[in-house]
Amino acid sequence: MKRYMRRRVVNYFNQGMSVAATLFGLFFMGWLMWTLISEGAAYLDWRVFTENTPGPGSAGGGLANAIMGTVMLTVFGVLFGAPIGILAGTYLCEYGRRSWITPLVRFINDVLLSAPSIVLGVFVYEVMVVHMGQFSGWAGAVALALIVIPVVVRTTDNMLGLVPDTMREAAVALGAPRWRVTVWIVYRSAMTGLVTGIVLATAQIVGETAPLLFTSLGNQFWNLDMNRPMPALPLVIFNFAMSPYERWQHLAWAGALLITLSVLIMNIAARAVLRSRNTD
Amino acid sequence: MNKEIPASVAANVHSQAWGDRLFQWTTLFFAVFVLAVLAAILLTLAWSAWPAFEHFGWHFLVSSEWNPVTLQFGALTPMVGTLVTSLIAMLIGIPISFGIALFITEMSPSWLKRPVGTAIELLAAIPSIIYGMWGLFVFAPFFTDHIQPLMTDTFGALPLIGPMFQGLPIGISVFNAGFILAIMVIPFIAAIMRDVFEVVPRTLKESAYAMGSTRWEVVWRVVLPYTKVGVIGGIMLGLGRALGETMAVTFVIGNAHDLHLSLFMPGSTISSTLANEFTEADGKLYTSSLIALGFLLFVITVIVLSFARLLLMRLERTQGGQKA
Repeated sequence: MKRYMRRRVVNYFNQGMSVAATLFGLFFMGWLMWTLISEGAAYLDWRVFTENTPGPGSAGGGLANAIMGTVMLTVFGVLFGAPIGILAGTYLCEYGRRSWITPLVRFINDVLLSAPSIVLGVFVYEVMVVHMGQFSGWAGAVALALIVIPVVVRTTDNMLGLVPDTMREAAVALGAPRWRVTVWIVYRSAMTGLVTGIVLATAQIVGETAPLLFTSLGNQFWNLDMNRPMPALPLVIFNFAMSPYERWQHLAWAGALLITLSVLIMNIAARAVLRSRNTD
Repeated sequence: MNKEIPASVAANVHSQAWGDRLFQWTTLFFAVFVLAVLAAILLTLAWSAWPAFEHFGWHFLVSSEWNPVTLQFGALTPMVGTLVTSLIAMLIGIPISFGIALFITEMSPSWLKRPVGTAIELLAAIPSIIYGMWGLFVFAPFFTDHIQPLMTDTFGALPLIGPMFQGLPIGISVFNAGFILAIMVIPFIAAIMRDVFEVVPRTLKESAYAMGSTRWEVVWRVVLPYTKVGVIGGIMLGLGRALGETMAVTFVIGNAHDLHLSLFMPGSTISSTLANEFTEADGKLYTSSLIALGFLLFVITVIVLSFARLLLMRLERTQGGQKA
């Protein structure tokens, strides 16, 4: 009986610890969100969207140039990365099913998926910035594209895999060439999945800071020229957060709230779509 | 037969076969491109790091000196910092992730599973720099005021490990960085543990329950041994993340190039050193030494991540075999 009691006590204790661990995780999620909202919401006004980043010590100013820079870097990062990712993923699922190269690409792609992003920044610095002689928006976009590619390859591979082979066979039996089957049948029926993958990749690069530090570098002014150093929200946050100027710190929190909200919205939307597909 | 096909149709078929080949080769090209990216990163970094490796030899790996003025560079301090912060992250993160995965798969009522799982996974979506800001301005002051004194009182007097828990209450420290890394890797490890726990055959668990096992005994003696490979894979994946994490660490670690015994003193990691010094580096040897750090980091993480993926793939294969 004593031994039975001990087993029960151990069981309840460990279950209690499991609940505590879950509460621990949820607590930090709540704490982070609470911090962001309480520190950032008050400063998230129209000036943030209409005025450029202020100089040191000035009272006004916003984040307009940084927001624009982040949008441009993200758009070009996705434009470069997504097609490459989709085509590579297409090979893995459509053409290379029996090829020895497919498991190798899947494996390397999964490794790249979690590779440290700052190293990608160093790589692009060496390949582009050094040779072009200057930091530029293009270099930043390429660094972000390198983050997009493995995410899109993986989701494309998975999503095309969900399309039943009978659909491909039906189309082929009607005389359609393989590439038309892929583009008009497979892509079309996997469209929501492909878009979801791109949204997830976008969410990942919107908040990326490390690879931009020495590729797009940042810029205090309004800039639409991708050949020049490009401002970006995360870079501004990095520079402003630890500054001694009150307005800069406030803008850093407002920017942090802005980025986190957009990332979370994109993630939740993508998850909702994927989930509704998987339960079909 | 062939002659009966009109010329226009034949031309069409021919061009379509050609289009087919073109499309297939394009997709193959980009699949190989993914491999080329990894190779290009390794080769480029190795090439640019070569001057540093050549100049310092193996001393680069064992020297703790980092002095841009005298051009003496050694990787020991940031490497130790990277390993120590990741170790702290694992020591805290693994048990918590296990608890969360256990709660979601075995204990939670079904209506609670999805919201809890999503909330934990969203922790992984929050950008690294946000963790950094929160860590520096909110968590670090709280930690130094309330938790650090407690830890110093509890562990500080112990022999051997005592000095590790003594230090000034300054907020930026190796331990803080490790703790914040722990929160950042928890969602990754917990998600994989949850996924592998869910594939344990129900009959296996039911038979253990039927023999009178408690829930904990089922998890500890049946679920965990069954999913061992996947669990280790998930842990390695989390470790890979922790090793390469940059912005959060850069905010809270203090970026000091000194080796301290105390975990409550500032330090640096490879990625925080890169983030702080790369744009300021002047001179070939300084830049090359920084890239050499990046090369070491990349090689270490690629090894860790490859190991993680091998384990997870092995698990997938055995599952596939059982289903078939």
